[in-house]
Amino acid sequence: MDSAIIIEKGIFITVIFAITMLMAMYSTWAERKVAAWLQDRVGPNRAGPLGLFQPLADGLKLFSKEEFMPDTPNKFLFILGPAISMSMALITSAVIPWGDTLEIAGSTVVLQATDIDVALLYVFAVLSTSVYGIMIGGWASNNKYSLMSALRASSQMISYEVAMGLSIIALIMMSGTLSLREMAAQQHGMNWNIFYQPVGFLIFLVCSFAETNRTPFDLAECEAELIGGHHTEYSSMKMGFYLFGEYAAMFISSAILSILYFGAYNYPGMDWMAENAGANIANILGIVVLFVKICFFIFFYMWIRWTIPRFRYDQLMNLGWKMLIPLAIANIVLTGIIIIIADKL
Amino acid sequence: MSELLLPPEQRYASVINQRRNEDGSELSILNLGPTHPATHGIFQNILLMDGERILDGESTVGYIHRAFEKIAENRPFYQITVLTDRLNYCSAPINNMGWWMTIEKALGIEVPKRVQYMRVIVMELARIADHIICNSVLGVDTGALTGFLYVFQFREKIYEIYEEICGARLTTNMGRIGGFERDWSPAVWSKIDAFLEEFPAAWQEFENLLVRNRIFMDRTINVGPISAEKAMSYGFTGPNLRAAGIDYDIRVAQPYSSYEDFEFDIPVGKSGDTYDRFCVRNAEIWESLKIIKQALAKMPEGNFHADVPEYYLPPKEDVYTTMESLIYHFKIVMGEIPVPLTEVYHPVEGGNGELGFYLITDGSRTPYRLHFRRPCFIYYQAFNDMVRGQNLSDAIATLSSLNVIAGELDA
Repeated sequence: MDSAIIIEKGIFITVIFAITMLMAMYSTWAERKVAAWLQDRVGPNRAGPLGLFQPLADGLKLFSKEEFMPDTPNKFLFILGPAISMSMALITSAVIPWGDTLEIAGSTVVLQATDIDVALLYVFAVLSTSVYGIMIGGWASNNKYSLMSALRASSQMISYEVAMGLSIIALIMMSGTLSLREMAAQQHGMNWNIFYQPVGFLIFLVCSFAETNRTPFDLAECEAELIGGHHTEYSSMKMGFYLFGEYAAMFISSAILSILYFGAYNYPGMDWMAENAGANIANILGIVVLFVKICFFIFFYMWIRWTIPRFRYDQLMNLGWKMLIPLAIANIVLTGIIIIIADKL
Repeated sequence: MSELLLPPEQRYASVINQRRNEDGSELSILNLGPTHPATHGIFQNILLMDGERILDGESTVGYIHRAFEKIAENRPFYQITVLTDRLNYCSAPINNMGWWMTIEKALGIEVPKRVQYMRVIVMELARIADHIICNSVLGVDTGALTGFLYVFQFREKIYEIYEEICGARLTTNMGRIGGFERDWSPAVWSKIDAFLEEFPAAWQEFENLLVRNRIFMDRTINVGPISAEKAMSYGFTGPNLRAAGIDYDIRVAQPYSSYEDFEFDIPVGKSGDTYDRFCVRNAEIWESLKIIKQALAKMPEGNFHADVPEYYLPPKEDVYTTMESLIYHFKIVMGEIPVPLTEVYHPVEGGNGELGFYLITDGSRTPYRLHFRRPCFIYYQAFNDMVRGQNLSDAIATLSSLNVIAGELDA
């Protein structure tokens, strides 16, 4: 029995890992295609049909590039930086419920690597650890631009994590659980959290832009000022890890957004599908729906990136501390009042 | 006095030490350039930074100094045009036309009205191309790449017009003494018409993307401001001076090439900050379009060059058949055309400001002395003054909106 679970989970983790990598890889392709589309260009179209092999070609190129190491005081930390960035982006997917259950050969397969009851805290812990990747890498590069980028990134992430956490508290007050699986289940039907927590969603959305270092919060790597920031001194696959980690983080945070606010794998008419086509079909469709939502958010990230300019450092801090945090606190108070009133009725 | 002569790293060292002793905080020196992506060229800024804030800066010029003024002293007049191409290469035709007008002034040549109007069209197209680059690159430097690519297609269209006129695109070497090398083909006129038809919509789209964009406004308003007095005392001209609120435009102040025939406004700003510079350039593009339309409507009939056989190359068939033409052809190509003893200064409103040519001749085939008054060189002197006390990001936006072009800065 135990070995069966281990094998089942092992297979599942491998699949999730592969999918995350694939999504991150093809996010780079999608980013370039979306950018091209928004900018009246063609985008990558040489490697394979529609340039679909472009990510593979990029990966191959990065692997075969010369490994350049600056004259840094600590080579271990220099290598640790991208490693942290990459691994932290990947291990978040452990707690994400990709779908409901599937009945395969008489046994119930839970479509989640692990259902821990503090999943949300776990996600936050991992996300906040990922800033160390940039900090350590930027510091170990022994370059003033990288160092400046590391400082910007760390102060940005710390300030936006506060607002992000506060926006989530309102959600937790409402749902009464920290488990992502239960949260997904609660949104069955059309009870998506976005309808109950629109302000919280907005704050969370803005903060997740900041957490993933995407425009308009990409101060840490703005090429015009800091020449790429923390990855100025990186070359070959170490740089690839930073870029890849960013896309993996984007994928994961899109998944979290969809699960927390956009009903996870639930879709309208899910019960009807389960009755008429069987639970398995309905749940497989649920996985597809979740990925559609994730893809939409990934597209949204790109859409924003190619539309608006980036903030300045002090404006970013003002927005975080003077706008988002008070708004998040007000949202908590409002949610609390509504919950009490709803209880009384 | 010895303090000022030291290299900035050493001068700043004492400030850094002093600050460390006072409150233990650490200042740093940041080397912005010479090959930083935001400098859009090669020039260096050594900045004394307190975290993100710039306390002081020192600029270095001369990384691509090519001694154009010295080279010009050894070249026949028509061969100097290629040097002017490489000043502000974003609006090379203005430089070319300015140089031809300078020679014509020195020689006392009156060019036909048609040539003057054609020159106005080319110069205004060049001004549009210059402002497209400056404003869209300001977008890029603040993080918005998309607008840049929208309007860059139209710079390409302008380059196609140049290509039809003279065969070259970036460094155009366009025109001759007294006019153009050949008459404009129908393709030129139709391309100009097509440009005038398509460009306004695209530029409107670009303006919609940035002008009222909250983030862009926050990034540029009150960034790198310069007061009118200070701008005047530095010798600012062009859009950067007009952004500070002074309506000085060579096209109006000292009209050349029949600019007095056209109706257009001089857009001015108020505070001389990055946003005002951006808006002034935007408005100037609309004014340039107005000028081109008027010039097309009022285009007089006539020849495409002045009748000055000793300076203007004769047609090839005449060279082979008539003796005078052969002589002129030989003398012009060999650069054996002496210019009378004279001293002229001719300013034109370049893409970036007053582009002046100060020419002294000694009656020989080459200039005795030639000086280019290059607006970028003057703007760059003020850069450190403008960014003192601002953030690093502000410095990048300021530099971008001053439109300092390394070719013109260093000559």
